Amino acid sequence: MIPELGHFSLILALGLSVALAVLPALGVYRRDALLMQTGPSIATGLFVLLAFSFGCLMYSFIQDDFSVAYVANNSNSALPLQYKISAVWGAHEGSFLLWTLIASGWTLAVAAFSRGLTFDMKARVLSVLGLLCAGFASFLLFTSNPFDRNLPFHPADGGDLNPLLQDFGLIVHPPMLYMGYVGFAVPFALAIATLTTGRLDAAWARWSRPWTNAAWAFLTVGITLGSWWAYYELGWGGWWFWDAVENASFMPWLMGIALIHSLAASEKRGVFKSWTVLLAISTFSLSLLGAFLVRSGVLTSVHAFAVDPTRGIFILMFLVLVIGGSLTLYAWKASGIKSEAQFEWNSREAMLLINNLLLVVATASVLLGTLYPLLYEVITDGKKISVGPPYFNRVFVPIVCLLFIAMAVSPFSRWRRTSGDVLLRQHWPFLLATPVIICLVTYVVATGIDVIAIGVETLAVWILVLLARHWWQAGSISSASQLGMMLAHAGIAVAILGVIVTITYSEGRDVRMNPGESIALAGYDITFEGVQKVRGPNYLADQAEFNVTRDGEFVAKLRPEKRVYSVGQNVMTEADMDPGLMRDVYVALGEKVGDTAWAVRVHVKPFVRWIWLGGLLVALGGFVTLLDKRYRRVRGLVSNNVVGTAA
Amino acid sequence: MKFGPMKSHRRNRLLIIVFIVCAATGATSFALFALNENINLFYSPEQIVKGEAPVGKTIRAGGMVLDRSVIRSEEGLGVSFVVSDLKSAQVKVEFEGILPDMFREGQGVIALGQLTDKGVFVAEEVLAKHDENYMPPEVADALKDVNPSSENTLNKANYN
Repeated sequence: MIPELGHFSLILALGLSVALAVLPALGVYRRDALLMQTGPSIATGLFVLLAFSFGCLMYSFIQDDFSVAYVANNSNSALPLQYKISAVWGAHEGSFLLWTLIASGWTLAVAAFSRGLTFDMKARVLSVLGLLCAGFASFLLFTSNPFDRNLPFHPADGGDLNPLLQDFGLIVHPPMLYMGYVGFAVPFALAIATLTTGRLDAAWARWSRPWTNAAWAFLTVGITLGSWWAYYELGWGGWWFWDAVENASFMPWLMGIALIHSLAASEKRGVFKSWTVLLAISTFSLSLLGAFLVRSGVLTSVHAFAVDPTRGIFILMFLVLVIGGSLTLYAWKASGIKSEAQFEWNSREAMLLINNLLLVVATASVLLGTLYPLLYEVITDGKKISVGPPYFNRVFVPIVCLLFIAMAVSPFSRWRRTSGDVLLRQHWPFLLATPVIICLVTYVVATGIDVIAIGVETLAVWILVLLARHWWQAGSISSASQLGMMLAHAGIAVAILGVIVTITYSEGRDVRMNPGESIALAGYDITFEGVQKVRGPNYLADQAEFNVTRDGEFVAKLRPEKRVYSVGQNVMTEADMDPGLMRDVYVALGEKVGDTAWAVRVHVKPFVRWIWLGGLLVALGGFVTLLDKRYRRVRGLVSNNVVGTAA
Repeated sequence: MKFGPMKSHRRNRLLIIVFIVCAATGATSFALFALNENINLFYSPEQIVKGEAPVGKTIRAGGMVLDRSVIRSEEGLGVSFVVSDLKSAQVKVEFEGILPDMFREGQGVIALGQLTDKGVFVAEEVLAKHDENYMPPEVADALKDVNPSSENTLNKANYN
């Protein structure tokens, strides 16, 4: 009964989203204020219906209703409760229901928090979002209904959730990621709506900024959590694999950075307006492309959901419609948009332009590497290739180094033009330090230490020093936006410092160990004490015990496990680590390779936590910008009223 | 350090365009070059046995791990196994390190590594997906090419 209710409300939701797409737009067309104002109430209804539907699915999971096919495939009566709940988005159907729910949530948020928008604009934006929701909901209903029944013969127990996903990281990672992906629909809808009016003014950029920042901050949290989860659960100590699906989330993230910066220039100086619109369209398109790559099964990946060609075709059609439609509209309308202001090449505008170019090139290089296997297969008629991490490292790292240099200089440049004096005054210690660094690096090259690492570390420290100095100068932080910007930039510097130190100075080995044996690594002595059997709620494990000491002093006891999950007989490695701000000691248990011997992977990874701390700091920066008063200030007559009532 | 003000708006725009074009060309050629260096072609056991796969170049090979073919060395983490297309072609793979959790006999795997002139595949990395029913598409294709009758069972495995 409950699943049917969920299914039914999903169908109603599709109806409402079509209404949302049509009615306000019709109101704009007929200049009918009543129709134009239907948007918010429809959006509320849409959200409530989808939330109810989602609740029904969750209820089916908690009640172990294995007559629902999706529940039977992804849950089991022995599964702990928190994983039964997260299993709702553990596979394709449910996770897309979550995606649609989040889309309606953003729609509702736009309806509720857009006092600054004119009625006309609000109606247009809600219509675009309604259209997107309609697309998502019909995809859900027609190709991936999570409420399909297994009747009359349903299994007595479920096939269990993939043990990889039975983890805290996976409870939070997808919702955050989807908040980001789908959140980019808002600046997209704003851009489309503005294009249809043909007027791109500073107000449009100001409306878009908080939404873009929020979506991007969520995406940042999602990617950071994903990387952290991969580190301890999947990756044997790796934290980024240039896997197709990781790239799918990384591309809109990069494009999102470009959009955020370009929006700033559009709002403050009225430049790059048509470019910004294009970025808003591309960012959301890349989000959709990500969804296509993950859900169509065209690419092999650790994350890919089950293969089903009809789904792939549906998303591809949707993708073509959205991208094709919006680009056509863009081509039609954008020629009328003129940039108002001029600037010089040492101005902040020019810095932002460089930032944008580099980010677009970075995104394009990731896109090329991700889609190349597909292209190659088509061109060569079926030859299969993979593009390895060396490609991405080779292409991506130099671009990021350039970006990083621009990042050090640009926050302190001025709009219109920056005089050389200002730059010099800001950066003289760095200019002085550079020859010293070059000498140091040359010396170091001769002795064989990594040059790029030292360069990048110096830059990262330099960025942090500059930001700290800026912070120190009292009164120089004038707004939440600026504070957010500084936090985000500091976060990037922290993360990059973490990345480069981890890459360069990590030590790790795969060894065969018998109980009692020990291994010395980066100053630590790691002793294998032995293995015992442990029983968990839905698995049996071999739990090893390792004693970590440094110079004879106790550091930690680590207990990595090798689990066999009872239902699917899946084998899982649970690594254990002694985390620290300066280093992680990481031990993962491989397989049993002899009578008593085990394969063991040990890592000492300095600064690895900085990667995720940096990521979280970046996200925090994004969220802090939302507190900026300017975004809440309402313009024109409306604003006077609000001020009047407040006073 | 003082930069003269740019007088002409056109010159400014031209500079930007030239910069963009140069940057784009540079980046594209660099990317394509890097791409060319770092793609790894997939070869089926049959192609390797026939001598179609290059020796000493990093490639990917895949197939089913043959039953009772996994041999561990007495010391260290050395291991060898045979991948086959379930018909005639068999390739011996040597690997030093930790095999993935889902590595099993009778399971589809993909190995990244180099072929020696003796016809042994020395793997740097062995991949098996975290799903007992999953078959890497390359392996599924490799098996399908030789043995059409196995198609049904493979598809079933794939869509399960």
